[in-house]
Amino acid sequence: MTTTAPARTGAARTRPWLLHPAVKPLVFIASLLPLAWLVWGAVAGTLGPNPAEALIRSTGDWTLRFLCLTLAITPLRHWFKQPALVRLRRMLGLFTFFYGVLHFLCYAWLDMSLVVGDIVTDIAKRPFILVGTAALLLMAPLAATSFNRAIKAMGGKRWQALHKAIYAVVLLGLLHFFWMRAAKHNFGEWSVYAGIVAVLLGDRLLRARMTTPKLAALATPQGGAQSLGAARRD
Amino acid sequence: LPAVRSAVAGANTMEKPTAYEDVTTYNNFYEFGTDKADPARNATKFKTTPWTVAVEGEVKKPKVYDLAELLKLAPMEERIYRMRCVEGWSMVIPWVGYSLAELIKQVEPTGNAKFVEFVTLADPKQMPFVGSRVLEWPYVEGLRMDEAMHPLTLLSFGLYGEVLPNQNGAPVRLTVPWKYGFKSAKSLVKIRFVEKQPTSSWTKAAQQEYGFYSNVNPKVDHPRWSQATERRIGEGLFAKRRPTLMFNGYEPQVGQLYAGMDLAKNF
Repeated sequence: MTTTAPARTGAARTRPWLLHPAVKPLVFIASLLPLAWLVWGAVAGTLGPNPAEALIRSTGDWTLRFLCLTLAITPLRHWFKQPALVRLRRMLGLFTFFYGVLHFLCYAWLDMSLVVGDIVTDIAKRPFILVGTAALLLMAPLAATSFNRAIKAMGGKRWQALHKAIYAVVLLGLLHFFWMRAAKHNFGEWSVYAGIVAVLLGDRLLRARMTTPKLAALATPQGGAQSLGAARRD
Repeated sequence: LPAVRSAVAGANTMEKPTAYEDVTTYNNFYEFGTDKADPARNATKFKTTPWTVAVEGEVKKPKVYDLAELLKLAPMEERIYRMRCVEGWSMVIPWVGYSLAELIKQVEPTGNAKFVEFVTLADPKQMPFVGSRVLEWPYVEGLRMDEAMHPLTLLSFGLYGEVLPNQNGAPVRLTVPWKYGFKSAKSLVKIRFVEKQPTSSWTKAAQQEYGFYSNVNPKVDHPRWSQATERRIGEGLFAKRRPTLMFNGYEPQVGQLYAGMDLAKNF
């Protein structure tokens, strides 16, 4: 088992454990642990004096965390030279949506008793909820087109263009969290998430600038952009 | 803290008191942190002795009261009040204390005393969040003279028959059951009788959101959320929110204080 995986790819850069068939199931189970912990807390009554508030906030926290993890895949692939990490991206993205939906359902159920009229009024009254709802709605088409056949049907380019919406989602998500905390001027935790997102998006911007056509053109006479990239990687 | 059952009208709700554990671990006391669990964690070493409360301003007999003097100024009563937070949750708390009116009578306010201002402790050495940008410190609240004199307005020294836990505003706090919780200032150090309406800390922070009166009112929404319902702490995850009552259910006792006032304007 352990020897077949690296042999199959033949890529020296790829760590064998990342391609191990157990990796995906393990990440899947790990991603369900926050939910398991919250369900246990709700049943055992260990979520504190206001369990509804605790559930709504925790599911929101986990949505943002999974969003950061999803967005971290691409930079991590570059930094640690582990292109195989991409295997996990779709699953993490879907878990982001999953926790986002749970977050909304907790709010709609525990705070609004699933009364549609109240939900609509509340969303209109509270910009931070409007922004959060927008982020969730924007994630829906990404989740809906996450399977292989959708990618094939759409074509890689159009699929990628659509999935760039993740950047809007993360910015809306951060704004949602910022406004929620604004009432108490309590931005400590928010700044940590904002910092992480800034690094993850900043890395993409830097990389995009390094591979603009101009730079690529400059690089070609000396042996092509590819070798420039390769040199950078070594 | 021994006390007798209060004879004041409306002072003893028949509703089930919120668990002591919840009352003492779910607090808004921003001097000790903005998270509900912060005050119980950060106030453990808070020193409440020695403690004095200066009563001053438009009074004939201003005086700096020692805590021991305050404790025996009037007989202690137990009063079970509903407490409605402006954030949309509520509790039922058995307080121990006496009507603020007892203290007010002793200092003999002059004719110029139209309002009472309550100033609370702001000690950055003991209170880690004094200095944070949430609010202006010290925390200040105010009542109209007739509100302060109302028998339901309580000077609290304890809850559940015990001396007040630090996170609940030890050693002495205000409890005004028909107003949103933030009007009930904690850890009082000064009570000042004034002619002009004081500006409370929350009004300073957000004038359009927190008015001087801040009476519990299901018909006047907070600009950012509805005040029509509330979540009673301790009723479990799936309990329905309760409808919020006018003046938090104390309308028979305090309604006449606001006769003829536009409560949407004077929110």
